[in-house]
Amino acid sequence: MPEFHRPSLKALVPIAALYILAGSFASANADAVPGITPTGILLGGTHPYSGPASAYGVIGKGIAAYFAYVNDRGGVNGRKITYKDQDDAYNPAQTVQIVKGLAEQDQVFAFFNTLGTPSNLAIRQYLNDQKIPQLFVATGATTWGADGVKYPYTLGFNPDYQAEATIFGKNIVAHQPDAKIAILYQNDDFGQDYVTGLQKGLGSKASQIVKMASYEVSDPDVRSQMATLQGSGADTLVIAATPKFAVGAMVALGQLSWKPTTYLTNVSASQTAMQAATKAGGAAATDGIISDAYTLDPTNATQANTAGMKLYRDILAKYGQGLDPNNGFILYGMAAAYTMVDTLQKAGKDLTRDKLMDAALHLNEKNPFLWPGVELQTSPSDHFTIREEQLIHYNNGVWEPAGSVIDARK
Amino acid sequence: MKTFALAAVVVAIVPWLLPQYIAFELAYAGAYAIAILGLVILTGRNGQISLGHGAFMAVGGYTVAIAATRGGWPPEAALLLAAVLCAFLGGIVGVVALRLSGAYLALATFALAVSVAPLLKRFKEVTGGSQGITLATAHAPGALAGVLASERWLYYETWLVAGVLFAASWFALQGRLGRALRALRDNEIAAVSFGINPVIYKTLAFAWSAAYAGIAGALIANATAYVSPDSYALQLSITLLIGAVLGGLGSMWGAIAGGVIVEFLPLWAQTINPAASSLIYGISLIVVMIAMPGGIAGGIQRVARTLSRPRGGSQPERT
Repeated sequence: MPEFHRPSLKALVPIAALYILAGSFASANADAVPGITPTGILLGGTHPYSGPASAYGVIGKGIAAYFAYVNDRGGVNGRKITYKDQDDAYNPAQTVQIVKGLAEQDQVFAFFNTLGTPSNLAIRQYLNDQKIPQLFVATGATTWGADGVKYPYTLGFNPDYQAEATIFGKNIVAHQPDAKIAILYQNDDFGQDYVTGLQKGLGSKASQIVKMASYEVSDPDVRSQMATLQGSGADTLVIAATPKFAVGAMVALGQLSWKPTTYLTNVSASQTAMQAATKAGGAAATDGIISDAYTLDPTNATQANTAGMKLYRDILAKYGQGLDPNNGFILYGMAAAYTMVDTLQKAGKDLTRDKLMDAALHLNEKNPFLWPGVELQTSPSDHFTIREEQLIHYNNGVWEPAGSVIDARK
Repeated sequence: MKTFALAAVVVAIVPWLLPQYIAFELAYAGAYAIAILGLVILTGRNGQISLGHGAFMAVGGYTVAIAATRGGWPPEAALLLAAVLCAFLGGIVGVVALRLSGAYLALATFALAVSVAPLLKRFKEVTGGSQGITLATAHAPGALAGVLASERWLYYETWLVAGVLFAASWFALQGRLGRALRALRDNEIAAVSFGINPVIYKTLAFAWSAAYAGIAGALIANATAYVSPDSYALQLSITLLIGAVLGGLGSMWGAIAGGVIVEFLPLWAQTINPAASSLIYGISLIVVMIAMPGGIAGGIQRVARTLSRPRGGSQPERT
C-alpha cells in the first residue's frame, strides 16, 4: 500500500515547525505575579458561545461591557482589566484545555465566571493545585459552597438550588402549615438538589409532601405527571423544571383547571417563559404563581427607575452595542462583573492571588444589579456567596415582590 | 520503516521544544487521531459509515473513570478493559449493521450518539449523573514522575499507545484482512464469490474500530481527569467524522492530520475571534474540503507528486 509511505514526513515537518515556533514565544517571568502589570490585570474565563448552551454566551458580553465601563473610569486601583473569555462550547474536555492554556501561556491572574457545572468541576482540582483563584463561577450547584474547605480557591456566585428550595419550604411552613405538597422535578442533579432543599426547608413538615413526580429531559411533555400530581389531592405544587417543561406544567394547570398554590423555580421564571405559558394556557395558568429573584429584572417596569437599572441601561447604551437590554443574562453578567471589580478593589494595590482570595472570602456587598435588599456575603467558613432571595408573585403579567428578602442561611 | 522510525523520533522530541500546555493539547490530538484511525479503517477501508463513535468514546471514558475511582484500577489496565468492552459492543453494533448500509447505517449509528447522554444521566448511581465523575490528576508512574510533568507524561502515554495502534493497523491491513475489507467495500457480491465471509469481516471491522474509539475515549478521560455526559454530546461523533474526512479517509496518515485538525482548529478559531469561533471553524472546513477533496493527506500527496513529476510529462494518478 504505497499511500502509507510517501507523504508521511512532508506532513509532519511543517506541523512540528509550527509548534516549535509557537513554543519560542512562551516565556515566564518567575518573580512577578502572573497576570499583573503596573497598568493591567489579566483575567480568564469561559462561556459557551457555541453549542447546546450558547444562549448563555451573552453573559460574557455583559461582563465585557461592565469591564469596559470600569476601565474608562480609570480601572481598578489604576489597573485596567483585560478579560480573556473563550468559547468552550459547554464541553468540559475543551474547558480544561482552554483553562490550561490561559493559565500557562497567557498567565492569567485569576479565572472569573467560568460557566457550567460540568465545566467548572473539570477544572476545579487543577486550579486549586495551582493555587489560581476560580471566582464567582456561573452555576447553581451546591458543591461550590458545600466543598469550599476542600477547594479554597473556588467560589460560586449564584444562589444554589438547595438554598432556593429551602426558602420555598420555609415560606410554606410559615404561611400554609397544613399544606399538602406535590413536586414536579427534573430527574437530574438540578431536580434532586431541589427536592433535598425543599425537604430541608420544610423540616418536620416534610411528611406533608404527598406526591413527587419526575420527568426526563427527553420526555415530550409533563402532562401525565401533572395529572398524577393533581390526583394526589395536593393543594400546593412546587415546579423544579427547566423552562420548556415548566411552561408545559403551567399550561397543564390551566387545562386541568387545577389551582394549587404554585412555586416555580427561578431557573424558569423569565418573562419569556411566563408570557409563553400565559399565551398557551390563559391567564389562569400563571396568575398568582410564586417564584424568587436575586438579580434585577430588566423586563419589570416597576424597577425601571432603580439606580441599578439606570446604570445597567447606560452602560449597555455605551459599551454594549447590539445587545438586547431585556435579556436577563446580560444583567446577570454585569452583576457578577460588579462583584469581581469590587473584590479586586478590596484586595488592594499590591495584588497577589492569595490577597484576592482573602478579599473574596470577606465580602459583605450591596450590588446595584441585585434585587434591592439582597446582599452578598462570604467568610472563610462560608463559601455560599448569594443565599438571600426575594419571593415574587406573578400578577397581571408582572413579577411583584412579596414580603421581605429571605435568607436561606437562617 | 524508515518513515516510522523518523516519525517516532520527532514525536519523542517535540514535547521538550514546546510549553507544557501544548504538549497537553497534543496528547488530545493523539487520542483523536486514534479514534479517527478507527473511522479510517471502518469507513475508508470497509465502506461502513458510523455517526456513533462518540458513544464508544463515552464507554471508554466512563470505563476508566469507574474502574479508577471505584475499583482503584491503574488507568493503563482500565485502558485495556475499555478496549475489550468497546470491541464487544462494537461487534454487537456490527451485527446490526450487516442489515443496513449507506444512509440507513448512518442513521442507526446516529441513534447511538443521541442516546448516550440520557443513558449516562439515567444510571446516576454508577455514572455520577449529570455531575459526572472526577478522577485524580494523571501522573507518571514511579521514578518517571520526577522527570516528566503530568502534561508531558500524558503526551507520551497517548502517543505511545497511538504508535502501537497505528503500527498494528498497518501490519493488519497489509495482508489478507486489509484486502478482504477493501473487497467488501468495493463489491460485496464479488468478494463473497471469492470466499470472503462478509459477516465475519464486517463485524470485525466494527469491533476493531469501536475498540480504537474506546481507547481514545479512555485516554481523553484520563487527561481531562473528568467525565460527564456533556463531554460526549452529539457533536463529538460528528467532529470525529469531520476529522476523518478532512484528514483523508484513504490513508492512515490522514488520521493523524485529522486528529491535529479536530484538536487545534477550534482552538485556533478562538484566537481569531472568540465570539465567531464556530463561524471561522466552519469556513475553514469548507475551504479545506474544496481545496483538498481527498483530505489533507490526499492533498499533500498530490502536491508532492506535482513537484516530483518531470516537466511536461504525465503520470497516471495513483489510487
